[in-house]
Amino acid sequence: MNAQLEQVLKSQQEQITSPLEHDKTKDEEIIQLVGFIVGEEEYAIPILNIQEIIKPIEYTRVPSTPDYVLGVFNLRGNVIPLIDLRKKFHLPPSDQTPDTRYIVMKEGDNIAGFVIDKLTEAIRLKTSQIDPAPETLHNDRGMISGIGKRDNSILTILKVNVLLKRDF
Amino acid sequence: MEDFQEIMEDFLVEAYELVEQMDQDLVELEHNPEDLELLNSIFRVAHTVKGSSSFLNFDVLTELTHHMEDVLNKARREELKITPEIMDTILQSVDMMKALLDSIKENGNDTQCGIDIGPICAKFDAISSGKEIKESAPESSGEPVAEPEPVQEEPEEESDYSNMSPEEVEAEIQRLLEEKQKEKEAKKAKKQQKEKETPKNSQPAAVKQKPAPQKKSTAPATSSKKGSTPEQTIRVEVKRLDHLMNLIGELVLGKNRLLKIYDDVEERYEGEKFLEELNQVVSSVSLVTTDLQIAVMKTRMLPVAKVFNKFPRLVRDLSRELGKDIELVMSGEETELDKSIVEEIGDPLVHMIRNSCDHGIESPEVRKAAGKPAKGTVELKAYNEGNQIVIEIRDDGAGMDPDFLKMKALDKGIITEREAGQLSDKEAYSLIFKPGFSTAVQVTGVSGRGVGMDVVKTNIEKLNGIIDIESELGKGSVFKLKIPLTLAIMQSLLVSVQEEYFAIPLASVLETVRISLDEIYTIEGKNVLRLRNEVLSLVRLADMFGVEQVFDSGEHAYVVIIGLAESKLGIIVDGLVGQEEIVIKSMGDYLQGIEGIAGATIRGDGGVTLITDVSAMMKLAREIKVDLTQVAKQTQKSQKSKPEDYHVLIVDDSKTDRMIMQKSLAPLGIQVTEATNGVEALNLLKSGDADYDAILIDIEMPQMDGYTLASEIRKYSRFKNLPLLAVTSRTSKADRLRGVESGMTEYITKPYSAEYLMGTVSKNIKLPTEVIA
Repeated sequence: MNAQLEQVLKSQQEQITSPLEHDKTKDEEIIQLVGFIVGEEEYAIPILNIQEIIKPIEYTRVPSTPDYVLGVFNLRGNVIPLIDLRKKFHLPPSDQTPDTRYIVMKEGDNIAGFVIDKLTEAIRLKTSQIDPAPETLHNDRGMISGIGKRDNSILTILKVNVLLKRDF
Repeated sequence: MEDFQEIMEDFLVEAYELVEQMDQDLVELEHNPEDLELLNSIFRVAHTVKGSSSFLNFDVLTELTHHMEDVLNKARREELKITPEIMDTILQSVDMMKALLDSIKENGNDTQCGIDIGPICAKFDAISSGKEIKESAPESSGEPVAEPEPVQEEPEEESDYSNMSPEEVEAEIQRLLEEKQKEKEAKKAKKQQKEKETPKNSQPAAVKQKPAPQKKSTAPATSSKKGSTPEQTIRVEVKRLDHLMNLIGELVLGKNRLLKIYDDVEERYEGEKFLEELNQVVSSVSLVTTDLQIAVMKTRMLPVAKVFNKFPRLVRDLSRELGKDIELVMSGEETELDKSIVEEIGDPLVHMIRNSCDHGIESPEVRKAAGKPAKGTVELKAYNEGNQIVIEIRDDGAGMDPDFLKMKALDKGIITEREAGQLSDKEAYSLIFKPGFSTAVQVTGVSGRGVGMDVVKTNIEKLNGIIDIESELGKGSVFKLKIPLTLAIMQSLLVSVQEEYFAIPLASVLETVRISLDEIYTIEGKNVLRLRNEVLSLVRLADMFGVEQVFDSGEHAYVVIIGLAESKLGIIVDGLVGQEEIVIKSMGDYLQGIEGIAGATIRGDGGVTLITDVSAMMKLAREIKVDLTQVAKQTQKSQKSKPEDYHVLIVDDSKTDRMIMQKSLAPLGIQVTEATNGVEALNLLKSGDADYDAILIDIEMPQMDGYTLASEIRKYSRFKNLPLLAVTSRTSKADRLRGVESGMTEYITKPYSAEYLMGTVSKNIKLPTEVIA
């Protein structure tokens, strides 16, 4: 995890220190996000909603829940629900890889861990670079807060409060 | 402003305690009207409350206590004899004091609640001026009593507020406010007059005892008389104790983990020197943790006296209201319970005591006729039993009649006729906990709405408690509430199902047994276990929680018998892991309220184990329909593909009955053989000419009856799992039980429909469904 975090931090540092970037974004609001991959696509959530990112640990199944709720795990004495984003997004299941991580997100008192395939990097986006979610995508219970455009890729920005909301 | 707030809070706390004390003293006083000590103590309470409320400008309260004081003062100087009527008035005013205190607590003043103290003050005046009968109150000339009628009316209405509609209340408040305005003006003049008298009055009192303007100084004397010295205490916010308890919880988990690690280390480094040292540390840490846990738990403990104290008054009021003579005998008030439980337990106990007084104890005439003393006794007892506290409510009243209860329940449509036939006496008693059930002929203020006992059950279930009922017709009933001492940390039984673990609160576990799968019987499609003289429903934990079947459970199973409130259930698990102290942790909003799961805990190995919710499990169990005997057999069954491969034997002495069965089964296309009595059937079986998949047995037959035949068949191990279906018109519970005893698999009652017989037979012989279709 450390190497990865370092990398993330480094790229973050670069973004901050890059004077060119700095000038351009001076009068525009900047949003900081953390990007990750589930299935084939890249998603992102606001960095402030992340409590921590950990390597997979053992979890306990909880009965009478939808299949995307894997169960609960112990995070230093707290019992936290674990949700599989692949299953939640109706993607085919895959085995854990060395890159698999749990992102522990929180919003207010709500907290839960989410299984993702791979962490990418910390991202700074200007508000102008974010488009509202296309109308056609609204069916997913409004899980998407916007689409971030970057030089050679786009990423889906998710609403943390919707992810953390119990929908069963 | 802040100072004032603080003073007020202190005042309220003190006043509530004083009033509580007063309530008790008054009831006691009724038994010993001559007890001067008691009178003095009651007088001092009134005086103290008056003093502090006048200081805080609570005029209404001051006024009320002032009048009370007058009467009490006379009484303690023996100028006045306390009659039951006077006692009623005083008790009423105590209630009013409570209401005023509530109002002060909520609104910060005692005027907003609209309580009219005029009438009661007038009554006091009348009493103190020598006229004892309450009717004479208006006549007390010279006293400027404004309204004569409310004197008689008010006490009735006072207790009725809760039943009024909002509009009525509004109107009532308006009326009372106006009334009070008048009263106030009238009282003002009188008050001044009184004030002059009071100091004079207290002078002679000094002869008998030093005047007691400062209640604090004399308080110890009063309580020491009762045998308990006041404890040195500090008030601590409950929140702080809760926090402390949470921290201890973490520590307990840490201790569990340490113990586990020590076990592992011990195994790996056996014989090493440092192990001894480690052992010492581990055991001392675990000892201290346990002590600390007990100590902190103790800080949260309150004596049940806190709840019990209000019952003498309750019983006194009830007995007057119901026209019965009832004595309440309490013991074990000093038994301690967690604060949160003490708070929860008050309501259920009130209902239970009301129930005992109203339904249990008969009227004096009836009692005399039955040769019992006219005075009924309700006994309230608390004591410790292991990790639980038991509260016993015992009355020497009429007892409960199971048949009458069943009839009532049938009337109200709470149970069906069929169920009624199957209920044991104990199960019949527990009918009283069903919502909407009431045996009272008419709805009174005390009972008859069929709500109370339902509340009892819900609240006791919430506390993971058990209700045990015993009753003897004509002799009385005993209700036992068994409640765990604390909710935060609890003892649990860890069980395993396949590769998963679950924790069952030990307070709800009655016993565990190991059974062989052959001991599981089926009654009406439900699996049951016969344990001593009880028949218990059986459910697999795996079915309840959808645990995946990874490996075969084998021939034997462990059954955990759980009890909650008044019901019992057997739960089949794969293994019993052991007993462990667990700390309940919430699973957060996201997983709140999952059915059957009360929370989670962290085990010694750092893993999370789910804690089962026993009351939800009872509910879940009812919905599960997996026939265990079939599941077990499925694997052994030889392959049969066509209906003709199945063979059923019919044993019945009546030709018509055999014909009906033949006809009913004809559509299945299976082979059917007939036998006319038990001996013939047994010989057919023993000869081994044909391999039967099931036997339909009539009970009443010549030579050998159905029960004997069944038990004879079961003697052969190769027929141990052969479905034996009793087909009979005997429907009583005793017959069914006998059927189970003798080894019947199913019980089909006559008359039956052809479809039912077909369905039952094909289910029992495991006829593939597509074949039937």
